[in-house]
Amino acid sequence: MRKHADLLFQIVSLSALVIALAALGALVFDIFADGASRLSWSFITNIASRNAEDAGVYHALMGSIWVIALTGLMALPIGVAAAIFLEEYGSRSRAARFIELNIANLAAVPSIIYGLLGLGLFVRMMGMGQSVLAGAATLALLALPVVILSTREALRTVPNSIREGSYALGATKWQTIWNQVLPMALPGVLTGLILALSRAIGETAPLITIGALTYIPFAPDSVWSKFTVLPIQVFNWVSRPQTEFKENAAAGILVLLALLLTMNAIAIVVRDRQQRRGRV
Amino acid sequence: MTESTVPASLAGVASRAGQSPAALNQPVKIAVDQLNFYYGQKRALDGIDIEIRSNIVTAFIGPSGCGKSTFLRTLNRMNDIIPATRVEGKVLIDGESIYDAKVDVVQLRRKVGMVFQKSNPFPKSIFENIAYGLRINGLTKSKAELSDRVEESLHQAAIWDEVKDRLNESALALSGGQQQRLCIARALAIRPEIILMDEPASALDPIATQRIEELIYDLKKKYTIVIVTHNMQQAARVSDFTAFFWLGRLVEFGRTDRMFTAPAEKLTEDYVTGRCG
Repeated sequence: MRKHADLLFQIVSLSALVIALAALGALVFDIFADGASRLSWSFITNIASRNAEDAGVYHALMGSIWVIALTGLMALPIGVAAAIFLEEYGSRSRAARFIELNIANLAAVPSIIYGLLGLGLFVRMMGMGQSVLAGAATLALLALPVVILSTREALRTVPNSIREGSYALGATKWQTIWNQVLPMALPGVLTGLILALSRAIGETAPLITIGALTYIPFAPDSVWSKFTVLPIQVFNWVSRPQTEFKENAAAGILVLLALLLTMNAIAIVVRDRQQRRGRV
Repeated sequence: MTESTVPASLAGVASRAGQSPAALNQPVKIAVDQLNFYYGQKRALDGIDIEIRSNIVTAFIGPSGCGKSTFLRTLNRMNDIIPATRVEGKVLIDGESIYDAKVDVVQLRRKVGMVFQKSNPFPKSIFENIAYGLRINGLTKSKAELSDRVEESLHQAAIWDEVKDRLNESALALSGGQQQRLCIARALAIRPEIILMDEPASALDPIATQRIEELIYDLKKKYTIVIVTHNMQQAARVSDFTAFFWLGRLVEFGRTDRMFTAPAEKLTEDYVTGRCG
């Protein structure tokens, strides 16, 4: 009887996996079928155009790269610092627990809310305008809860014996965190960053809210540039009536996927190198 | 108590060369006065008075949970990092009260090194494990000096010959006994005056244990050593003085040979002969 239950559970888990992967596979296949024919080097280097055949994603791709790089640069140090404070300095206080609970809630807030906050705070109050910087700051807010929570988890996995070993050698708290705890937690931190940026790179709503443009005749050349990003470009094309633009949209999604995979691959390489360093 | 109550394994302990009454003439290094320690509301140490002398080995024995490890950790304020703990009373090291507000804990821990029960090498190379303490404390001025100090420490911990060809390999690749000697080398590198050892051989096989014990025996020429151990034979073998803890109290403290052959307290006698604990 127990054996049957075991087998049943295996079958149920396996089918859950198959259903999830099949749905994803079908989606990717469908996009490939629609968009692969439009993929070419000129699709990447061309700028948006009224002509579907001439249109490319160059400005949107550059916009995405600018925004996501800046998002990472902002979310990583702030998120890690916040997690260090919560975990290493304030983890037992009631305030820290209250804050943690709310960070977990923040991770579940719809992204458009972040867009509204970004519009009010960054675009208007801080006067950043509809710039790459404002977009990245908004997405960094969106990414922060995930970075903070995953960094805390990673810090927790570092055994206390390592901290004690460091303190016993006359290390200060900061020396211990910087030299021992953080390097050991880095793989987990990077995993969290990958998750957070993967979500951020696909966001459309908050960027439209803060006023990212759907058509733009130039690529960003500074953090103050106006910009558009790939999901917005795709959204724009999808909403056109002509089928050619639908193909463009599919191809644009493929470019976005490629960018996402490249980004994750880099993070994974960095992470594995870091993990190997300790073991040799 | 008669001689016949002493287990055979402990006989002959008193004759060991290192445990001469001359140890009594050593100056006092650590003086503890009416120390109480609390985890939250729970009192873990109760009125500890002890004087630990310089350049000898002092062993703390007692059953699990008797407070010996807790007491050891009050000597370099390692308990500070555990929340909701509290200390009352005084610990003087070289006459200075280490719980005074003006004491720099980091400086204290440089002077009072520690080796833990479970070896805890950093997940870095063998060289970096030793160099870490030197670097963070800014103790060496050049790369050459750093390498020299690393080599010296590994020699002192009697592990140099085993690791000299693989200093850049991960410390985690070493065996358990080697890792523990590496941790001892790491503690020695910053040249402490006192070394606290919290059951340093409890997770090791007999051969590795023997190497650690020989090492301890060598090290007392230069350092004051306090060792917590579950193993009474080990206490008998390596220490000059032994302190017996029971339920957070220091029951008896004296020369190791006397503690094992002619303890003053009935409780000590019961414990060292294996009748309780």
